[in-house]
Amino acid sequence: MNAVGQIKPNARPFYQRYSADQLKEALRRMYLIRRFEEGAEEAYMRGLIHGTMHLSIGQEGSAVGSTMALRTSDYITSTHRGHGHCIGKGADPKLMFAEFFGKEEGYCRGRGGSMHIADVATGNLGANGIVGGGLPIAVGAALAIKKQKRDDVAMCFFGDGASNEGAFHEALNMAAIWKLPVVFVCENNKYGMSVSTDRSMAVANIADRAAAYGMPGVIADGNSIADVEEAIAEAIARARRGDGPSLVECKTYRTRGHSRSDRNRYRTKEEIEEWKARDPIPHFESELMAHGIATEAEVNAIRESAEAEIAAGIEFARLGTDPDPSEVTRDVYSPEAA
Amino acid sequence: MAVEVILPRVDMDMATGKISKWHHKDGDKVAKGAALFEIETDKAAMEIDAPADGILRNIVVNEGSSAPVGSAVAWIYAEGEAVSAPAAMATPVAQAASAPKAPSASVAAAPVSNGEAPRATPLARRLARQAGLTLAAIAGSGPRGRIVAADVRSASEGKPVPAAMPATAVPGDGVQKLYAPGSFDVVPVDGMRRTIAARLTESKQTVPHFYLSVTCTLDTLLATRERLNAAAPKGADGKPLWKLSINDFIIKAMGAALQKVPAANVTWAGDAILRHRASDVGVAVAVDGGLFTPVIRSVETKTLTAISAEMKDLAAKARARRLVPSEYQGGTTAISNLGMYGIEQFTAIINPPQATILAVGSAVERFIPVKGQPVLASQIACTLSCDHRAVDGAVGAELLQAFRSLIEEPLLMLA
Amino acid sequence: MRELTYAQAIQEALAQAMDADPAVFLMGEDIGVYGGAFQVTGDLVHRYGEDRVMDAPISELGQAGVAVGAALAGCKPVLEFQFSDFATLAMEQIVNQAAKLRFMLGGKVNVPLVMRFPAGSGTGAAAQHSQSLDAWLAHVPGLKVVQPSTPADVKGMLLAAIDDPDPVMVFEHKLLYKMKGEVPEEPYRIPIGKAHVARPGRDVTVVATSIMVHKSLEAAETLAAEGIDVEVIDLRTLRPIDTATIIESVKKTSRLACVYEGVKTLGIGAEISARIAESEAFDYLDAPILRLGGAESPIPYNPELEKAAVPQVPGITEGLRNLVRGRM
Repeated sequence: MNAVGQIKPNARPFYQRYSADQLKEALRRMYLIRRFEEGAEEAYMRGLIHGTMHLSIGQEGSAVGSTMALRTSDYITSTHRGHGHCIGKGADPKLMFAEFFGKEEGYCRGRGGSMHIADVATGNLGANGIVGGGLPIAVGAALAIKKQKRDDVAMCFFGDGASNEGAFHEALNMAAIWKLPVVFVCENNKYGMSVSTDRSMAVANIADRAAAYGMPGVIADGNSIADVEEAIAEAIARARRGDGPSLVECKTYRTRGHSRSDRNRYRTKEEIEEWKARDPIPHFESELMAHGIATEAEVNAIRESAEAEIAAGIEFARLGTDPDPSEVTRDVYSPEAA
Repeated sequence: MAVEVILPRVDMDMATGKISKWHHKDGDKVAKGAALFEIETDKAAMEIDAPADGILRNIVVNEGSSAPVGSAVAWIYAEGEAVSAPAAMATPVAQAASAPKAPSASVAAAPVSNGEAPRATPLARRLARQAGLTLAAIAGSGPRGRIVAADVRSASEGKPVPAAMPATAVPGDGVQKLYAPGSFDVVPVDGMRRTIAARLTESKQTVPHFYLSVTCTLDTLLATRERLNAAAPKGADGKPLWKLSINDFIIKAMGAALQKVPAANVTWAGDAILRHRASDVGVAVAVDGGLFTPVIRSVETKTLTAISAEMKDLAAKARARRLVPSEYQGGTTAISNLGMYGIEQFTAIINPPQATILAVGSAVERFIPVKGQPVLASQIACTLSCDHRAVDGAVGAELLQAFRSLIEEPLLMLA
Repeated sequence: MRELTYAQAIQEALAQAMDADPAVFLMGEDIGVYGGAFQVTGDLVHRYGEDRVMDAPISELGQAGVAVGAALAGCKPVLEFQFSDFATLAMEQIVNQAAKLRFMLGGKVNVPLVMRFPAGSGTGAAAQHSQSLDAWLAHVPGLKVVQPSTPADVKGMLLAAIDDPDPVMVFEHKLLYKMKGEVPEEPYRIPIGKAHVARPGRDVTVVATSIMVHKSLEAAETLAAEGIDVEVIDLRTLRPIDTATIIESVKKTSRLACVYEGVKTLGIGAEISARIAESEAFDYLDAPILRLGGAESPIPYNPELEKAAVPQVPGITEGLRNLVRGRM
């Protein structure tokens, strides 16, 4: 499994700790995320998808870097910009597409849509449409882990905007006082919708806020999967040891607008271009090739396999079953309830 | 293969989009990501980038035109690629929105009735429906004249309603406006008045009345009455034990006539006609602000003196508004006597469910020919109103004929 | 049978639930060594330890979210709010998360949590510590809302709530905590969603909640002496409402009154009235429907004003008398 032998001794730990197959799978997931979102965007523009969506194009390094060290029994709580976390945690894109298309085959049987994709079987407790909504839920899941004496962790994704919500502060405090196994992952993409962090926060980094709750606050380059993974690995290890929560801030950027109605009036084309040049996918590809982990032909094959999977997923979703309108109140309550 | 340029959805609620400007024309070389055209929505204009590098061809939606979301508006061909005709033109968007539907007649408001609809509780309405009663014919005992279940039950059992609550409703504004302000006093309509109004309106509107008149000569009756009154023994207080009135004879005669013509001793019950065994005769009694019609039961079994005594008692109770239900409702006929007011002849409205009512005028002295000679006689005119649903003309005539013979020869009442 | 106070009955239910299922734990403010603001948890922390009787920081939103997360991950949290008024701080988690997660995720999860809310006026705690917000939460599909009115009911309904796979909101009137009543010792369940005829009667149906059940029963006794026979239904559960029991009763009595402490307008009485108006029982109504609810004001401090702000026995008696005597 371990491909350490092929790697230069000066390569960073990330490239040494994972096998070539694992790293190539990470690249494949980044492609899957990118192509999933591009496919979703296209389907939306063609009028095939009904609701809005929040794309994370440009943030794939953070999503895959954060989740690749997780086990299936670990939990994640995600955000409205959560497709990457979902795929990172192991969700099947065709079932995600089916949800997008509002079909019974979808992860939420067409009831949740883009903003609520969850896959409880893979430990994904759900994306959340409320900014900051998932933070205390992750703390609760971590409390359950502790009570059940497991060494799993709860990873909580949120954005820079959520760190201004009361729920962020309450959740970090509670996780810290009870030393719960939570990894708080802030994907700071610089904007809460249109308002930049420069205008919404008086501290330079979200990681700085960790100090107020007595937990480590670490900054990672969100566009470098290696940088993200290394920071997260340490936080996960600390959580599994029972030493409590950490906050990892991944500095990144979404190259698309906040949602489909965004007209990008609050940022410049130059800024967007600058970040596009730092696209995490080509960056990871070149590192893999530079370290001799993957050849160009292998990279192309990975890309094509991801594209084929996405095309098949869209086709699967198009042919899915539409929910029966007479079942609108199904699943509001559990049928097991008296 | 040529790349479709589609009209993208840029707003959540957008179904079609209008292209406000093309930045390139057919045949232009375009670069992927460069602005290709602009969509106008009701919120803003959005620039749409070219989806591929190549040559722009076959623009099918021109500036100023609209197309549905997702439809192809042009194609981008690779340089040197053969250009084909567009496979399908974008479906044009209907220009005129379909005209708003005129409200259909069926949704027009229900006709507003001129009269004030009776207030009634849902339970009262349901009970009335089941009993086949019209709400307008039932007096409400609740606030503002509301008909409650108890009122309907009383009505369907033939009982009078309990004393009605004073109504606070002001009479119809429309009527008041016809008269000069201050030129009238407003008398609120109380429960009794409301009942009279409702029942008689219902009767006159729903009961097919016809009228039969007859003149009865009273001389024998008057003589008989005089003898009977003269023969009355004195009571403990020194007063005679009875003083028969003409009306007592009329009541007795009507009761006896109904026994002779049982086909007239009936009430209409919707899907049946009830033929009554006893002659229960109502007698209208005017009271302050209205009238009551207490009923003398089984008149055929009662003597004139008993009828006279009972009538006095009932009239006193009526004036005191102390009649109890069993004294008040039911009956097959009624007598309305306005003779004391000098009214010679009139017609009366039947009091449902009774089938007849006899309107009795004043006794008038006139010469009548007897064997070619004028003879002075005392006569009264009687008009019988009949409910044609239950009593046909011939039956009514028989009843009136029997009545007249009894009035003109009271001894027959003993036969 | 032995008697317990309402507060003791809750404590017994919590202890029996923790004995039966290690997944059950309690969380709230000052529920540990302090014993709870109303001494409901009492000495439970000494019997079950701080891991199962957890004092939480004053973070209602956070606690509610922790309860949701723990419920998703296999626990059965029972959260005590110090005052029901503080539910407003946690509305996001209660309304957007607890209530909706099962539905949003296509029925693939359950959120088996219980939130307990000390509610109601009468303690001089004024506007921010005396509200009755039960109807607020009963408006949200996905939640269940109960209002037990007696010691025996609160024990049985709390145990049923802890068993329930869905989030259950339990509203406890603060003035009931010291009320005594017979409570069976063994664990038992009183079903959620089933109303209880607390007093049968012929002339008028009173649907009452929580402490108003007792006030209505008192009014019924007075009216019985006047020949008016009042049926009192203890609604017990606000969501899901047991419409069938109310319909049956109204068909019998032909009159309906709703008595509740929450603000009258858009309260539970409005819902019950509407359900009867929509139902087959409409055709049996022989009088207008009467609602006796809280005043259109916050709860005042002054004791006389405080009493005036919610239905009291004389007002209920008079209202029912007028209804039955055909004066409204």
